[in-house]
Amino acid sequence: MNNKKVLLEVKDLTVSYGGINAVKGISFLVHAGDIVTLLGANGAGKTTTLHSISGITPYKGDILYKGQNLRKVPAHSIVGLGIAQVPEGRGIFGNLTVMENLTISTWQRKDRSNIKTDLEYVFDLFPRLKERIKQPGGTLSGGEQQMLALGRALMSKAELLLLDEPSMGLSPLLSQEIFKMLIRINSAGTTLLLVEQNANLALQIANSGYVLETGMIVLSGTGDELRGNPLIKEAYLG
Amino acid sequence: MTYLLQQTLNALQLGSIYALIALGYTMVYGILRMINFAHGDFFMVGAFLCFVVVTFMQLPFAPALLVTIIGVSLLGVIVERIAYRPLRQAPRVSAIITALGVGIFLENFTLALSPYPKSIPPLIPAVNWTIGGVTLSSLQVIIVFLSIALMSALHFIVQHTRVGIAMRAISWDINLVPLMGVPVNRIVSITFALGSGLGGAAGMMYGMAYPVIDPYMGILVGWKAFISAVVGGIGNIRGAVLGGFILGAVEILVAAFLPSTYRDFVAFSLLLILLVFRPHGILGKPRSQKV
Repeated sequence: MNNKKVLLEVKDLTVSYGGINAVKGISFLVHAGDIVTLLGANGAGKTTTLHSISGITPYKGDILYKGQNLRKVPAHSIVGLGIAQVPEGRGIFGNLTVMENLTISTWQRKDRSNIKTDLEYVFDLFPRLKERIKQPGGTLSGGEQQMLALGRALMSKAELLLLDEPSMGLSPLLSQEIFKMLIRINSAGTTLLLVEQNANLALQIANSGYVLETGMIVLSGTGDELRGNPLIKEAYLG
Repeated sequence: MTYLLQQTLNALQLGSIYALIALGYTMVYGILRMINFAHGDFFMVGAFLCFVVVTFMQLPFAPALLVTIIGVSLLGVIVERIAYRPLRQAPRVSAIITALGVGIFLENFTLALSPYPKSIPPLIPAVNWTIGGVTLSSLQVIIVFLSIALMSALHFIVQHTRVGIAMRAISWDINLVPLMGVPVNRIVSITFALGSGLGGAAGMMYGMAYPVIDPYMGILVGWKAFISAVVGGIGNIRGAVLGGFILGAVEILVAAFLPSTYRDFVAFSLLLILLVFRPHGILGKPRSQKV
């Protein structure tokens, strides 16, 4: 279905919390340059999957990034390899200024001289952030915080962005705006793995998707296939 | 008036020592939500380390200060690594008990080395200046200025460096920080190094200003500095400095105008009353848990 290079390969991923399997042996691929979405209801295992990829939760199975097994790689070094997460609820440091939030994610970067150019790129995407660089992150509105979280992830020079429900808590209009930015970020060459409950929005922009139910992949296909699938229509698109 | 000015100077000297120690408590609490109850004993180790390098190696003031700060920093890093880090996910009470244990260990280790009280030989020429009836000693000047210099350096690190940003980020949410590519353990180590180093410097200055040092000197001073940190708002760096100076001032003023045995009783009563009205301390803010 895709002849692009495989960027991320998740093989037989299993995660358990206190004896309960949150993720039960799922496997999927993310190709370079794509937008891939993981759909599913609350508790389906979407966030747990992203946490495993970022290395902040122990798991069984294998996660390979550009062919490298991430099992033994500490979470902070995974960011250095080019995987950044925009966490659920945005995860803005409310006590740091907008500028500090944007620069904290550059810790692993070796090319410090390019940071300024990338800041310009982020301010070009989200001009509102530039007006607020000295403001504490906690004083921003929900939409601005989402922009800041996206900008912060981009500042790490990520090739793969893991997005955990970027539309959560935002008005439909703001969600549309954020998703437009996701398309722009993707067309600039960044691969996106997008976790969403809002299947409607996600499938508008995704090349391919996987549907999770209680820790298992129950359906997968291209964005178009999933949009047209009667089960999806019934369960997620309303 | 002269008397009050004189006492203010004494309060500044005592307050800067409390403030330096209080910073160590507040920094560790700020990032790990843990009270390092061994910190008062780090202060004591600072005094003894200074005594050792001055007495046996004849180091002058500046190198002795440097060795003391580095030595106690290392002690803090090692204690965190072997005693606190394995318990980071454990209930807080386990970590607190461990800290108390580390403190008792340090006291008795020092005691085992030599049970007699020690005295740090004079390190700087003792000069007294009298201006309008107020006497100012060279030691007082050094203690106050050195403390301010160390606190300013800390302020710079916390507010204007990459490490400082990471420290503040950890105090907001330690679980988010690895997702930024920041190695949390390294930042925790640096925090322990800074906080312990300041405590060590305070121990050295205390030992220079007071006639004897003994293995238990860190207990009461440590408690007082801890209370300073709480009064200022634990986890808040400016609060720790403010709390230290307030406690120093209250103690000196009480001793100046009331029988000196009332000192701790009145000082602590005032602080307890203050906490009733500001339970989060003077500069501390109640943090509402955001979802």
